[in-house]
Amino acid sequence: MAEQPQPVKRRKGIFGGLALVAVAAGLYWSLIVAPPDAYQGDVQRIMYLHLPSILIAYLSYFLVFVGSGLYLWKREKRDDLLAHAAAEIGVLFTALTIIEGSIWGRTTWGVWWTWDARLTLTAILLLIYAGYLMLRSLIEDQQRAAGAAAVLGIIGFLDIPLIHMSVYWWRTLHQPPSILRPDKAPWENVHPTMLTALAISFVGFVLLYFYLLSLRYRVGEMREEIKARRLARGE
Amino acid sequence: MTLCSQVCLLLWKDLLLELRRRDSLLTMFFFGTLLLFVFHFSFDLAPDRIMDMTPAMLWLAFLFTGTLGLAQLFHAERENHCLDALLLSPLDRGAFFLAKTAFNLLLMILVELVVIPLFWILFNLTAWNLLPQFFLVTLLGTIGFCVLGTLMSAITLRARARELLLPLVLFPLMIPVILATIRCMEAVLRSGQFGDVAPWLRLLASFDVIFLTAGVLIFDWVIES
Repeated sequence: MAEQPQPVKRRKGIFGGLALVAVAAGLYWSLIVAPPDAYQGDVQRIMYLHLPSILIAYLSYFLVFVGSGLYLWKREKRDDLLAHAAAEIGVLFTALTIIEGSIWGRTTWGVWWTWDARLTLTAILLLIYAGYLMLRSLIEDQQRAAGAAAVLGIIGFLDIPLIHMSVYWWRTLHQPPSILRPDKAPWENVHPTMLTALAISFVGFVLLYFYLLSLRYRVGEMREEIKARRLARGE
Repeated sequence: MTLCSQVCLLLWKDLLLELRRRDSLLTMFFFGTLLLFVFHFSFDLAPDRIMDMTPAMLWLAFLFTGTLGLAQLFHAERENHCLDALLLSPLDRGAFFLAKTAFNLLLMILVELVVIPLFWILFNLTAWNLLPQFFLVTLLGTIGFCVLGTLMSAITLRARARELLLPLVLFPLMIPVILATIRCMEAVLRSGQFGDVAPWLRLLASFDVIFLTAGVLIFDWVIES
C-alpha cells in the first residue's frame, strides 16, 4: 500500500487534534458556561449541537453537488471520491440532526415527531441521499456507478429548493429562528455566552467535518489502490 | 435530421414495439384500476369525506402505475445490446431522452384517460363538467413524473435490483410534484377554480420546465456512464 507522505499524515493528526479540542471547548461552553434558556430550561442546550449538525449536513450536500459536477465535467476519480465521502457524512449528520431534534421535540412539543415543514424537509433529504448511497452500492461497474451517482447528486441538489417550497406551503410549525431575526440584532436577543457557545460549537463541528471528510476520502483512495493491485496480480 | 424528426423516429420505434407486445400498457391499466379498488375497500370512505381523500388516492395510484411503466422503459434497449447500437448511431442524446419521456407520457395519458372517468363512476362523483380541468392538472403532474422518472430510470439502468431501486431514488425527489398535484386536484374537485392554488400550479410548471431542460442537457452523461 502506498503510504501517505509523513507531513500529510502529521498535518491530518494536528487537524484531528484541533477538531477534538474545539468540540470539547464547544461542549464545555454550551453545557456549563452558557445559562439555561429562560423558557425551555436545560433541554435548549441541544441547540448547540443541533444547529451545527444541520449546517454540516447542508455543507455536505453542497459538496456532493460540486464534486458531482466536477466529475461529469473532468472525469477525475478524486471528484467522485469527494462526492461519495461528503454524501456519506451528510447522511450521518442529517440522521444525527433528526435524532437530536426529536429528543428536543419530545420535551418541548411533547412529541417525538411532528409533520412540521423543517422536520419533513430534513427527513426527505435523508431519504434522497440514502438513495444516492444505495444507488452507488448497487452498480457493479465503478465508473458507471460514479457517473450515475454524479447525475443523481446534481438532480438532488437542484430539487432541494423545490422540495423546500412545496413542504413549506404544505405546513409549518417549527419555532421561528430566534438568532437571525429581522427585527433584532443577534446580540440584543440572545445571551452573549449563548452566542459564544454556539460559535465555538460551529467551529468545532466544521473542523471535525473536514477531518472526517479527509479520513473518508483516504478510505476511498485506499479502496481504489487495493482494486488496482488485485487487478495487477490477476486475481 | 432535425431534433424533432429524431424524436419522432425513436418514439415510433417504441410505439411499434408496444403495439406488437402490449406488455406495458395493459399491465399499467389493470394495475391502476386494481389500486383504485383496493384503496376504496381499505378506506371505506363516508360520502362527505370523499373530496378530501380521493385526489391523494388517485394520484398515488397513478404514481405506482407509472413506476411500473418506468421499470420497463429501457427493457427493449437492454436486450441484445440495443442500447449500444442506439448510442453508436448519429442521434442526439437529448432526442433519445425526449422520445423516451414522450413514450412514457403517452402510456400514462392513455391509462389516465380511462382510469379518471372510471374513478368518477366508482366514487360516485357528479361534477362531470370538472373533468377537463382535472385532466389538465393531472397532465402537468404526469409530465413532471415522466421527465424525472425517465432520468432516474436511465440512471438505475445498470444497477442490480433496479426495479426496487428506482422508486427508492425517485419518490423523495418527486415530493414537490406529489404535493402540488394533490393540492391542485383538491381545488378542482372543490370548486373548479385555480384561484387559491396558483402558486402550486406555478411550482408544478417550473418543476416540469427545470427537469425537462436539465434532462436534455444532462442525458448525454446519464446514458453513457
